[in-house]
Amino acid sequence: MSWRELPIGGIIIEAGNSVKRKTGDWRVLRPVIDQERCVRCYICWMYCPDGVIEIRDTPYRTKAGRIWNITFEIDYNYCKGCGICAQECPVKAIELVEEVK
Amino acid sequence: METRLESRVRQARVILNSNYAAAYAVRDADVDVISAYPITPQTGVVEKLSEMIAEGELDAEMIHVESEHSALSAIVGASAVGARVFTATSSQGLEYMHEVLHIASGMRLPLVMAIATRAISAPISIWNDYTDLMNVRDTSWITFVASTAQEVYDSIIEAYMVSEDPRILLPSIVAYDGFWMSHTYEPLYIPEDRESVSKMLPRRPRYTLDPDNPITMGSIVNPDWYYEIKYQQVEAMKEAYSVIREADAKIEENLGRVYKPVESYLAEDSEILVLTYGGIYGTLQTAVDLLRSEGLRVGALRLRLWRPFPARDLKTLVEDAKTLIVVDRAISYGASIEGPVALETIAALYREGLYPAIASFIAGIGGRPVSEDDFRGMVKKALELGERALKIGSIHWGVRGVEYE
Repeated sequence: MSWRELPIGGIIIEAGNSVKRKTGDWRVLRPVIDQERCVRCYICWMYCPDGVIEIRDTPYRTKAGRIWNITFEIDYNYCKGCGICAQECPVKAIELVEEVK
Repeated sequence: METRLESRVRQARVILNSNYAAAYAVRDADVDVISAYPITPQTGVVEKLSEMIAEGELDAEMIHVESEHSALSAIVGASAVGARVFTATSSQGLEYMHEVLHIASGMRLPLVMAIATRAISAPISIWNDYTDLMNVRDTSWITFVASTAQEVYDSIIEAYMVSEDPRILLPSIVAYDGFWMSHTYEPLYIPEDRESVSKMLPRRPRYTLDPDNPITMGSIVNPDWYYEIKYQQVEAMKEAYSVIREADAKIEENLGRVYKPVESYLAEDSEILVLTYGGIYGTLQTAVDLLRSEGLRVGALRLRLWRPFPARDLKTLVEDAKTLIVVDRAISYGASIEGPVALETIAALYREGLYPAIASFIAGIGGRPVSEDDFRGMVKKALELGERALKIGSIHWGVRGVEYE
């Protein structure tokens, strides 16, 4: 594609096409949720500036026998690794792991 | 400019200053949204428009904003949803708009703005020069510089024709001298029937913000595509030249007035040509008459179109002259040639393979009058200095304590 075919002024004419732009490779630190520790408080989901904390209907049984009806998962296609979720987690269930050592 | 009294559109002779001429053109262009933040000497434009809206003479939204930055931002938004928009400013106001100037052109919105040119602070000066306009040279706005109230009226109509053309979609500035033109009254002709102007300005489709067909304007672009998008502007600005010539032809056909990118007076047989812009062109023409009566073959040129720069028109007019004197009313501090139009002229003529003796003069800074005698003095000084004139850089005319030998 050359400058001629681009929509004028870089206008994006296709609504919602940002899903095609995977930004996860910007990440340096990867947040990893410890499902054992997580108390399903929704705080990470609420704070995430990119909306990549996803609520799954997958039940989870802890080693102590407690059953959660939901699981929080991170969409690494778009998570940029800002670390806000780890900072805000009240039970320190999110660890930031270096993507490349 | 030539005026032919018989034209397709019936016109009335009125007496207006250039600010009011701009306001009448905006009214006749049937503008939808106007934003206004008052600054001298432009105030008369939006004041008159506000009056027209209050009297029911113009059906438009007038947005009173808290700054020029907001004034331009407001019409960027209005234009993005498809409105025909207008604002006006001067000097500090134009400086304060600066980043939004690039946003408007980068978003390819056909805004039109009038600028009653004025010196820049500090020291504070409300009086005229063109430093404000020259400071926005690189913002990708099509720029007309008018020299009469009639031309201000016609150029605003023309600016909408060109800016809204689907091949162009760049904003336009119509500039004129603050005070010398903004506050002096002149006779001019305006169409009796406003419909005749709206017929010249059909609403043309372009990308707009519409909830039913969502698009994104002004998004972030990474290094992989930014340059291509800016290159579109480069091409649009080049193409604007021929679209402006088409618009000139429409103005001629409908209103009977003939405009050229570079106007000339007695240029054909001249050995010496003086190029300037804005309201002092009339004074220059009188100076040319005086110099001719003294036996000098002098002619006058006026740059009407600043962006895109009409290099070829200039070449054709200058081709047979030995000396070209460029009189600027702005300073580019530290430039090799401190007169912005002189600098551009030298580049344009070099590009076209033409190398006359050029002298760059700067005059009229901060509202200092430029008289016939000043022009005569400049011509004589240029002849006296000959080839040395350009070695000096720009000659700062009339500054106390400065002499050029």
